[in-house]
Amino acid sequence: MEKLIESLSQIERTIIPHLHKKVDEIVNKTNLDKTTVIRALTFLESKGLLKINQKTSKIIDLGVNGIHYKKNHLPERKLLITIENNNNKTFNEIKEKTNLSDNEFKAALGVLKNKLLISLENGKLKISSTKEECSKKFPEELLLEKTPITSENLSELDKLAVENLKTRKDILEILEKKDITFELTEKGKEIAGKQITSDLIEELTPEIIKEGIKNKKFRRYDFSIKAPSIYGGKKHFVNQSIEQGKKIWLELGFKEMTGDLTVNSFWNFDALFTAQDHPVREMHDTFFIKDVQGKLPEEKTVQAVKKAHEQGVDNSTGWKYNFNENESKKVLLRTHTTCLSAKKLASLKKEDLPAKFFSVNRVFRNETLDWKHGFEFNQAEGIVIDPNANFRHLIGYLKEFAKKMGHDKIRIQPSYFPYTEPSLEGSIWNNEKKEWVEVLAAGIFRPEVTIPLLGTAMPVLAWGPGFDRLMTEAHKIKDLRELYKNDINHLREHKILIK
Amino acid sequence: MTNIIFSRKEFEKHIKITPEIQERITLFGTPLENVSQENVEIEVLSNRPDLISLEGFMRSFKKFLGKEPGLKKYDIKKPEKNYRVYVDKLVKEIRPYVSCAIIKNISLNEEKLKDIINLQEKLALTLGRNRKKIAIGIYPLDKITFPLYYTSKEPKDIKYTPLGADRELTADEILMLHPTGRKYEHLLKNQRRYPIFIDSDKKIISMPPIINSELTGRVDTKTKDLFIECTGTDKNVIEKTLIIIATSLAELEGNIYQVEIIDKEKYNTPILTNQKIKISLQNVNKLLGLNLTENQISQLLAKMGHNYKNGVAEIAPWRIDILHEVDLIEDIAIAYGYNNFSPEIPNISTSGQESKESIIKRKISEILIGLELLEISTYHLIKPEEVENYNTKDALELLDSKSEYKYLRPNLLIPILRISSENKDAEYPQKLFEIGRVFNKNVQKENGIEENDNLILSISPANATEIKKHLDYLFKMLDLEYSIKEITKPHLIDGRTCAILLNNRPIGYFGEVHPNTLRKQGIQMPIALAEISLEEVYKLIN
Repeated sequence: MEKLIESLSQIERTIIPHLHKKVDEIVNKTNLDKTTVIRALTFLESKGLLKINQKTSKIIDLGVNGIHYKKNHLPERKLLITIENNNNKTFNEIKEKTNLSDNEFKAALGVLKNKLLISLENGKLKISSTKEECSKKFPEELLLEKTPITSENLSELDKLAVENLKTRKDILEILEKKDITFELTEKGKEIAGKQITSDLIEELTPEIIKEGIKNKKFRRYDFSIKAPSIYGGKKHFVNQSIEQGKKIWLELGFKEMTGDLTVNSFWNFDALFTAQDHPVREMHDTFFIKDVQGKLPEEKTVQAVKKAHEQGVDNSTGWKYNFNENESKKVLLRTHTTCLSAKKLASLKKEDLPAKFFSVNRVFRNETLDWKHGFEFNQAEGIVIDPNANFRHLIGYLKEFAKKMGHDKIRIQPSYFPYTEPSLEGSIWNNEKKEWVEVLAAGIFRPEVTIPLLGTAMPVLAWGPGFDRLMTEAHKIKDLRELYKNDINHLREHKILIK
Repeated sequence: MTNIIFSRKEFEKHIKITPEIQERITLFGTPLENVSQENVEIEVLSNRPDLISLEGFMRSFKKFLGKEPGLKKYDIKKPEKNYRVYVDKLVKEIRPYVSCAIIKNISLNEEKLKDIINLQEKLALTLGRNRKKIAIGIYPLDKITFPLYYTSKEPKDIKYTPLGADRELTADEILMLHPTGRKYEHLLKNQRRYPIFIDSDKKIISMPPIINSELTGRVDTKTKDLFIECTGTDKNVIEKTLIIIATSLAELEGNIYQVEIIDKEKYNTPILTNQKIKISLQNVNKLLGLNLTENQISQLLAKMGHNYKNGVAEIAPWRIDILHEVDLIEDIAIAYGYNNFSPEIPNISTSGQESKESIIKRKISEILIGLELLEISTYHLIKPEEVENYNTKDALELLDSKSEYKYLRPNLLIPILRISSENKDAEYPQKLFEIGRVFNKNVQKENGIEENDNLILSISPANATEIKKHLDYLFKMLDLEYSIKEITKPHLIDGRTCAILLNNRPIGYFGEVHPNTLRKQGIQMPIALAEISLEEVYKLIN
C-alpha cells in the first residue's frame, strides 16, 4: 500500500478523498475538469483501485440546416404550404414560389409523395389528402422540436424520423456521448475517502537539483500505462527506396542524370530507334500532352536520327519508311528514363569518356488505376560509355548490381528492345517464393542509336532493374494504389527501410 | 511481344519436352511461360514473328539444338497456268500493294489449322499494325477462278456474303453489322472506294482489310491447296510477311508456287532472296568479349540458321530482325549460350556523383524531417474537378487519359490539400511536406513545358506565423536570406499571405488557407502552408 501511495500523482491524490462519489460530483468537489478526472480514474483503474464501466449513448442534435429548418420550417412543410395555397400549378411555378434549392425541392417533393399528401397529375401538383391530414405535424418536425435528445429517449416514431433525416444534408448531427461510472475494488474501498498527505517530489525542478531532495521521496511512476504516441518526421517510403537504389549506383561510380519528365517523342522514341509506327507510340499506351508542340534539337542530330530510321547507318538497313518530323515534335510524359540516356549521349564530348551515368526516376504509362495497375512508375537505369565495353562487362555489371541489391543468384536470357543489341533479361532468385523473378532489362545500344547521338559507334552498355517490383516487395505492398495514397496513419506507422 | 500456345502433342512430334529442352527454349530467346499435359506456352518477342507458328519455331529451334544447321532453302515454283493478279490503279490511293503466293499439297489437322490462323492473326496484329499496314487473306485454292483482279469499287457497288453471314450484304452493311466489319471499320473511314479482290467469275472473294467471302469459304482440315494474299501500304513489310507465312506453310510438306502480279510492271511473288551482311571476326570478338575463331563463328551462325563464308553471312528472308551486323552478333551470342559467358567487371575508374539538385532536395528533406514534418509523395496528375475548383485553366491536359487523373499538376497546393482532405481522421497536428515537379506551358522550351521542382509544406492546425518560423529555420540552414512581401492570392486569407523572395525575385508564397477553400475540400482544421519553387535555390547554392 505504501508503494501504491508513493506512485499516486497529485491529481490522483486529489480525487481519492472523493472516490465514494460519482464522477460528476468528483468534478464539482475537486474543481478539476472532467477529462482530467476521467484520465486520473483510468490511472487508478490500472493501479487496481477501481473498475470503470463505460456506456456510450447517442445524442441527436441539430446540424447547420437543422437549426435553420427548426426556425423556418422543413422544406417539405414549406412546399406543402405553397401547394395548399396554389393548388394545381405546374412544377416550375411551385418551385419558384417556394424559394427552395434544387436539392431541397427534390427531397421535399419525394417526402410529400411518400406521405401520399400530394400527387402529380398531368405535370401539375395537387394536394391529395385532407386538410386535417396536411396540418398534422410530421414526425420529423416533432423530432426537431425534441432535440437534443439521447437515443434511449427516442420513440418508435422518432427513430423513423431520425432514419429519414439522417440521409439529408446537415439536418441532424449525431454525437456519441460516453457515460462513465466506476466501482471500487477491495483495495480501492480501503483507500477511498482518505486524505493522502505525503510529501513526494512530483516534477524534478532546477530548484530541487540546486537544493537537494532533503529526505523526500520521488513519486513512483506507473510504467504499465501506455505512453501517448508520438510521430516523427520521415521520408516517404517510395523515396526511401529510391535513395537506396541511388546509393548503389553511386557506390559503383555512376554520375546522376536528371531531366524533364515531359519530352518530345524525338528523345523518347526516335533517338532510340523506335519506328514511328511502333505500337508503343500509340495514345493507348502513352500520355501525350494536348495542344503542346515541342521543338526539335539541332538539325544535325535530327538528320542523323532520321537517316538511321529511313535508310540506316553503318550498313544497317534501317526501318525503310518516311520519317515524319511532326511525329517527333509530339510531347509526352516519358515512358522510360532511357530518353535521359539518349539526351546524355547527345551532349557528351570525347574528353568526357569513358563515363558512367544513372538515374532513378519517375516514368509514366497511360493506364487505369487499380490494385495491380498504375500510371506512375519508377525506373532505374544505368549506362556505361566505354570504347572497350563488351557483353561480358554488361553481365559483370549486372551481377555486381544484383549483388548490391542483395541477390547473389542471377540468371540471364536473350531478350529484345528496339534500341539494344545484344539484349538480355536478367532474373533474380526469390528464395521465399522459390522462383525466378524477371527484374533486369539490359543491352548494348545499337549503332543506329549511338552513331547519330555520339557521332561514333561506341559500345554503350545500358541496364535497368524493374524498380517498383523490388520496391513493392521490400515494403510488402500488394495494392499499387497504396504507393501514392498518402494515408497519414499508414505513413506514420510504416517501418523505416534499413538498407 | 506475344504469348504463343502450341499443342504439346504437335510439339513433341518434333522434340520431346525434357527439363533440359525447357531450359534451351528460354535460352533460345523464347521464354518458356508454361508447360502442361496439353500445351507448351512460349513468349515470342516482337523482332521474331517468324517463330509464331510451330513450324516456324521448329525450323529455327532445331538448328539451335544442332540439327540440320545452316540456311534453309525452299524450292519455289514458277507461276502455273493463269496464277495471275491484276492490280488496278484504282487501289493506289487506298491499299496500293499486294503480294500473293500459292501453297499446294499441305496436310492439315485441327492443331495445325489453329496454328495457321493464329499466325495469320498475330502477323496482321503486330507486323500489320492491326491490319492498318498489312492485311492477310488465306483461301482454299479450288474455290477461286484465276486470274484475279485487285481493284476498288464504290461501297454501294460492293455486295457479297462475308464469312459467317447467311446472306449478301453491301459494303457499308458489312462495316456496320458484321463483327469483324465493325472492328476494322475505322481503317476504311473517309474512303470513297473500298479495295476488293474479284476472280474471273466476277465473284468478290474479299474486301481487304476487312473480311473474305463466305463463298470462297474457309480453310478446313481437308484443304490441300491454299491461296494467300497480303495487301497494305508498305511493300517491303508485305513481302516479308508473305514470306513468313508461305515458308511456314511449306513446312507442312507443301510446295510454294509464285503468283504473277501485273501492276505497272510484271513480277512474281514471293521471291526468297537471301540477305547478305558483312560480319567481321574482330567486331564479333570485341563486342562479345570473346576469342572466337572464324570457324567457330561460322558454326554458331549456322546454329542460328545462317550461312557464313569469307566474312559474309547469308540470312534467310524471313529473318526480318537482321538489320545490321550487331543483330548477327547477338545471334552468335545466343548460339554460344548466354549462360556460357563469364562475367567481367572492367577496371575503369569513375567516381559516383549525385546531381546537385538531388543533393539540395535531400538536404531540404532532412531539415524538414528534423522539424518533424512527414514527407508525402503524390501523383503528378490531377483531376478535372480540381482544375475547375482551383481555377487553374492553364493546366496542361493529357490526351485520352484512362484514369480519372487527366491534367498535369501546375502546383503542389492542389495535391497536398487533396491529401489533407482524405486524412481528416488522422490525428492532428498534421505536418506534411512534398518536393515534386510541377508543369506549366512555356513555348520557349524544347518540350513546350516549363518544369520546376517545387517544395510545399503544410501544417494543420497552424497559423501563418508557425509556417514562417519553419521557413526562417529552413533558409537559415541553407544559408540563404529571403524576404517577404504581403500579397493577395486565391485560396489564401488576405492580410495573412506573403510572397517569398530570394534576391528580390518571387519564388513562392506562404499563408493561411482560406476557410472557404477548406470547407469546399471538407477540411475542418485550419491549415497554413508555404510553396516554393526550388529553381532559384539551386542557382544560389554552390
